[in-house]
Amino acid sequence: MFLKKLILTSAVATLICSAAFAKDCGPSGQSIRILASDFPAIHAVAGTAEENCAASASEFTRNHTTEARQIMNAALTPNPAEYTSVIVANSTLTQLMNDGLVRPLNDLVEKYGADLPKNLMITIDDNIMAVAFMANSQHLFSRKDILEKAGINSIPGTYSEMIAAAQAIRKAGIMEYPIVMNMKTGWNVGESFNLVFLAHGGEFFKPGTAEPTVNSAAGIAALNTLKALVEYAHPDHLTQASNETQAIWEAGDAALGIMWGSRGSVILDDEGSSEQVTSNTVLSSAPSVKPGGIPGATLWWDGFTISKNVSDAEAEATFAALASSLNSDMVAANNDDAIWLLEGFKPGAAAEGVSATAKGGAVPYPMLPQIGLLHNALGSELSEFLKGNESAEKALADVEAAYVTAAKEKGFLQ
Amino acid sequence: MILFIAIPIGSAFVQSLFIQHDQVLVLSKNCGPFGCRETTSVDIEATKELRQDSPLGKFNGIGTYLNRSHLAFAEVGNAWAVSRTFSGFLNEVLDLPFYGALMFTLTYTAVVTPLVLLLGLAIAIGVNGLPNIIKGPSIFVSLLPFLVTPLVGSLILFWMVDGDGIIGATIQLIFNDPDLSLKASTGLTWTMLIVYGIWHTLPFSFIVFYAGLQTVPVDTLEAAEIDGATKWQCTVYVVVPHLVPLITFVTLMLLMDNFRVFEPIVSFSAEAHARSLSWIIFNDLRESGNPLYGSAGATSILTIIGVIFLLTPVLIRNWRDFKLRRL
Repeated sequence: MFLKKLILTSAVATLICSAAFAKDCGPSGQSIRILASDFPAIHAVAGTAEENCAASASEFTRNHTTEARQIMNAALTPNPAEYTSVIVANSTLTQLMNDGLVRPLNDLVEKYGADLPKNLMITIDDNIMAVAFMANSQHLFSRKDILEKAGINSIPGTYSEMIAAAQAIRKAGIMEYPIVMNMKTGWNVGESFNLVFLAHGGEFFKPGTAEPTVNSAAGIAALNTLKALVEYAHPDHLTQASNETQAIWEAGDAALGIMWGSRGSVILDDEGSSEQVTSNTVLSSAPSVKPGGIPGATLWWDGFTISKNVSDAEAEATFAALASSLNSDMVAANNDDAIWLLEGFKPGAAAEGVSATAKGGAVPYPMLPQIGLLHNALGSELSEFLKGNESAEKALADVEAAYVTAAKEKGFLQ
Repeated sequence: MILFIAIPIGSAFVQSLFIQHDQVLVLSKNCGPFGCRETTSVDIEATKELRQDSPLGKFNGIGTYLNRSHLAFAEVGNAWAVSRTFSGFLNEVLDLPFYGALMFTLTYTAVVTPLVLLLGLAIAIGVNGLPNIIKGPSIFVSLLPFLVTPLVGSLILFWMVDGDGIIGATIQLIFNDPDLSLKASTGLTWTMLIVYGIWHTLPFSFIVFYAGLQTVPVDTLEAAEIDGATKWQCTVYVVVPHLVPLITFVTLMLLMDNFRVFEPIVSFSAEAHARSLSWIIFNDLRESGNPLYGSAGATSILTIIGVIFLLTPVLIRNWRDFKLRRL
């Protein structure tokens, strides 16, 4: 399995080194200030770092907020920066790198992270810009009892199988709207397009440039697939994001869902749902266009960065503290909170979907400086098509026009 | 005035004239847990020099005002050239972000403002006629919608109109259509937002008119009654003329308030069906990761111009009344 391979590569190195590095917190008496998103896995990493190294630091603060993405660039711009570290993901790292606010970590990794697996280092050319520790992606959730009732005995692997299954469920009179997807106007609908677009082999930009290429055959095919899927989603789908889709799933009102892997353990636990739903929910790879094709998903990692505008000693202490938490003890204590990329992770049922998706060759969310602008254009211009007021070509032309306008303002296009 | 109004507007205006420097993109190799691939990144060193020379960015004049996200003259001209019918042209134009938002903002303002004025006056007169003992509680109850924070109020209403919520389920029952959803159609979403707007601002006009009613001269009312005026005639010919200055004031406030409609759109997740000018500013500043300050500044200035257009007739009228009274 993909994850197991990732973990095995690191296992030997960690066993040798972990004891020696367990309490190395770098220079003492420094101020460590972490800005991070607000979910259990991030709390686990930053919290363990605090436990390990708060004693040797003069100050250890953690700000966990869902608004981290909105404030981080402003917070890191002054010198000294407000935070010594920001915990980021694919898309947020580019946002910081665009303004040059994070420092290369090569020397720090050499000093404090020698036991960390090499493939967790997020590198741009030869510079390590972040250290990843967990993975996430979207994938398929299925209710096998409902599929069986509708006469379907295998879990759908492609979009057309998924649509056929939804049709069968509707025909059998079990559910009118068996599909749930995060289609809320804005970031979510843009991301849902990305999934299907990547599954169709789409390229967002002309390679090496910021010129958009979403208005392509792959783009049109992706939109038509998306339209065929939401045909079987509740009419309110343009207002539904992760919290709503999870609630619908847990209430037993859906049979096929494309949702985030991080929702897997929350759905499968014994809270908020019935035994019938949890015991019949199967997590599998995101659907592809053709059998064995690229799964319609974007792979995400979460990892930590170190601010550029802080003193070297503070940077070193912050890195040492965070690196000290990335070990098997922390993973063992928080195994089900995330799909850890670290040694000691025991992938449970909740990790199967992400694992299968990654193994199937899904593509990571692009780390391009201008992707945020395109994503935003997709998020605001696709709803006219999904409401049925516009052709796919017109919608994609609108997306490109909106993107080009924004990209000109940001200097990506002239 | 200078500190709190002129400087912020001036700074938004200056910001709207600039765009960011050209970004120097370089090809690079990006590796991570999911393998390596070719990517592009911003050459920080090369762009830094440009930034230091002119920190505001590249001067763009009114280019931002004319681009597709704002007045979109080129796109409108093109739509005029290619559309065969006027409705086709209108469709094309309303598909542009600024005009679509302007359309909703104006509709919202045009429907909510007169309804709130009329209903507020009606409720004020009604409450004023109640016996003293229930007057206090009625005033309190009528004020309640105003006390709820707009964001929270609309969020609560959003859950209530859900297919599983009390209002949504009732409407489904009445129309005998289990798939009826207020959130799924543009017309119904607009109606929902407008009804919410009326519900939320009604107490404001009510309490102002109610205060005004306390100053209606009793002598004039009695004289009118002796002359044989009906209750309706008293209201129309005595009370309303007395309240005209207040009506002007409330209209001004409502126009400004409604033109910047924003919170219900976010709370109702209504972005697919209704966007307002304020929502566009919010979206520019928040959603794309790195804020589009120039674009947001331009929309702000256009919004201010829109408010001035709307207020001018009311202000002119107010000025005339004022001069008449001095004569």
